[in-house]
Amino acid sequence: MKSRITKKFEGLREKGEKALIIFITAGDPSIELTRDLVIEIEKAGADIIELGIPFSDPLADGPVIQAASQRAIKAGMTTEKAFNLVKALREKTEIPIAFLTYFNTVYNYGQLEFLKKCCDFGVDGMIVPDLPLEERKELEDIAKGYPVDIIPLVAPTSAQRIKKIVSGASGFVYCVSSTGVTGIRESFKTDLEAFMEEVGKHTSLPRAIGFGISGPDAVRQLKPFAEGLIVGSAVVKKIAEDGSPEKVIKRVSDFVCSLKQALAGCP
Amino acid sequence: MSTDNKKQGRFGIFGGQFVPETLMNALIQLEQEYEKAKTDEGFQKELNYYLKEYAGRPSPLYLAENLTRKLGGGKIYLKREDLNHTGAHKINNVLGQVLLAKRMKKTRIIAETGAGQHGVATATAAALFGIPCEVYMGAEDMERQRLNVFRMRLLGAKVNPVESGTRTLKDATNEAIRDWVTNVEDTFYVIGSVVGPHPYPTMVRDFQKIIGEETRQQIMEKEGKLPDYLVACVGGGSNAMGLFYPFYNDRSVKMCGVEAAGKGVDTDETAATIAKGKVGVLHGMMTYLLQDKDGQIQPAYSISAGLDYPGVGPEHAYYHYTRRAHYVSVTDEEALEAFELLTKTEGIIPALESAHAVAYVLKLAPRTQKDEVIVVNISGRGDKDVYTVAKSMGVDLE
Repeated sequence: MKSRITKKFEGLREKGEKALIIFITAGDPSIELTRDLVIEIEKAGADIIELGIPFSDPLADGPVIQAASQRAIKAGMTTEKAFNLVKALREKTEIPIAFLTYFNTVYNYGQLEFLKKCCDFGVDGMIVPDLPLEERKELEDIAKGYPVDIIPLVAPTSAQRIKKIVSGASGFVYCVSSTGVTGIRESFKTDLEAFMEEVGKHTSLPRAIGFGISGPDAVRQLKPFAEGLIVGSAVVKKIAEDGSPEKVIKRVSDFVCSLKQALAGCP
Repeated sequence: MSTDNKKQGRFGIFGGQFVPETLMNALIQLEQEYEKAKTDEGFQKELNYYLKEYAGRPSPLYLAENLTRKLGGGKIYLKREDLNHTGAHKINNVLGQVLLAKRMKKTRIIAETGAGQHGVATATAAALFGIPCEVYMGAEDMERQRLNVFRMRLLGAKVNPVESGTRTLKDATNEAIRDWVTNVEDTFYVIGSVVGPHPYPTMVRDFQKIIGEETRQQIMEKEGKLPDYLVACVGGGSNAMGLFYPFYNDRSVKMCGVEAAGKGVDTDETAATIAKGKVGVLHGMMTYLLQDKDGQIQPAYSISAGLDYPGVGPEHAYYHYTRRAHYVSVTDEEALEAFELLTKTEGIIPALESAHAVAYVLKLAPRTQKDEVIVVNISGRGDKDVYTVAKSMGVDLE
């Protein structure tokens, strides 16, 4: 069975478009606002939502998402609540949703239980930043029975590992733009054209670039190289700025719309 | 006599490499270089030279006659790692890793530190070999261990305060890993304990096993037999693993790892990971962790800044799981009593970390026979802790 993520990329490809993937942390600053944000972010033009389950020790994240995780944990976010949030969202939207979760969260919940719940509650994919090729087999084996994509990450340092990492994967390939943690970057040191071409040699899956995309300019710069772009910290930063929920939603929607415009044209 | 499962650096189910993909090739390269260095005579010769001539090894195995008499049980020997250059066992591992960094032509080294002993040792080796060094240290720990912060700066290292999370060792480790992910191409990450992703737990153990190897030789010379008990404190667990590992196959040797109970194992202010933790993944390894029911890592607490880590080395997790070693815990209060007792009876001021091991010996020794032999690792000296101890006694040193 094809996941919502796969179907979305297929639909976009037919239209000659690319995917805008927006990351926000579940429960930052509240569950209610996250729910509203997902709906509004979709309206503003996002194609896929990456929903972060907050973890106390997010070692792949920079200060912006670290702070968002802390805010969400403080506000009482839990794994269970993240699942319930998606369940509630599924009454209103069919936008593909992938969880970004550190492995301890999944392991603690139980890998099989976690996957079952993803399936039952409408989560389409999992991105686990601290679960490299060497450690992912168990989860991958369990996932075979479920329409949940285990989205692999490749990095500029992956080199000869790329082939093995992407083999058997589904959904899309998360291409880390540069060495380092998540966070807005002024520029990219990596030769992204060559890197993305190398990834493309080993897979027919859509490739999405993430880490460091700061705004519309970066979107215009990177869109020729990938089938999708992931924007996280730049969006989370907009959520963290002061204001009423209405103001936050407006600020985030405007920003997402500007990203979409840079990628394709605002709906 | 290996306890490791070569595959993915696992000890049973524990260990592994749970790190971002960006680091994987660096870990593979490190493992390969380390395997080569292990059998390279030149490397071993250079390491042994510095261990002997610079660090002052071998460290004595001292018969604590006064303490033995006082407790009225088996003979108590102190493995004097506190006499090493920089004042703790940390230098053994650091010399190994920094020589490896040099061999791999890395131009920058980073480290995390809790109490500051590993940071000082790393800054020392960096000064010795002329490699720029940055140390991540929790802001909370920097306050508790001002002396060590100043020592690191004197040695030319940059000390970066870590304000995230609980502002202690756990967060300093996160920050060091983040630095490494960012600067992986030119930077060598010197991990201070038998923790982190493979190959670190194995490599650090190998650099520390000289403690147990010397102990074996020294006790055979002095007693003509192997010890009955080995006792060492466990935070991440490098001094304990260094002592235990060479005796792994000697089933008559009982091993006791002493965790910091803080204010008590039944309170929230504890660092007794094996006693209270459950299996999970942090800092690249699967091991026992202090965590809540949702898998959020909980802050560890101990009066000793070197023991308040919410995880434990995966090989210790395996020793516990298979019951090869016995893990116990002692409170802040018991450690402080032992600190004072060892100081007064033997004229040796132990680090608060090591005082935890001594505290367990105070309970263990009276239950042993006079012909039994206990070796306790005095992993470091207590100079760095005098402020903390003074404070606990209500004395103002400022």
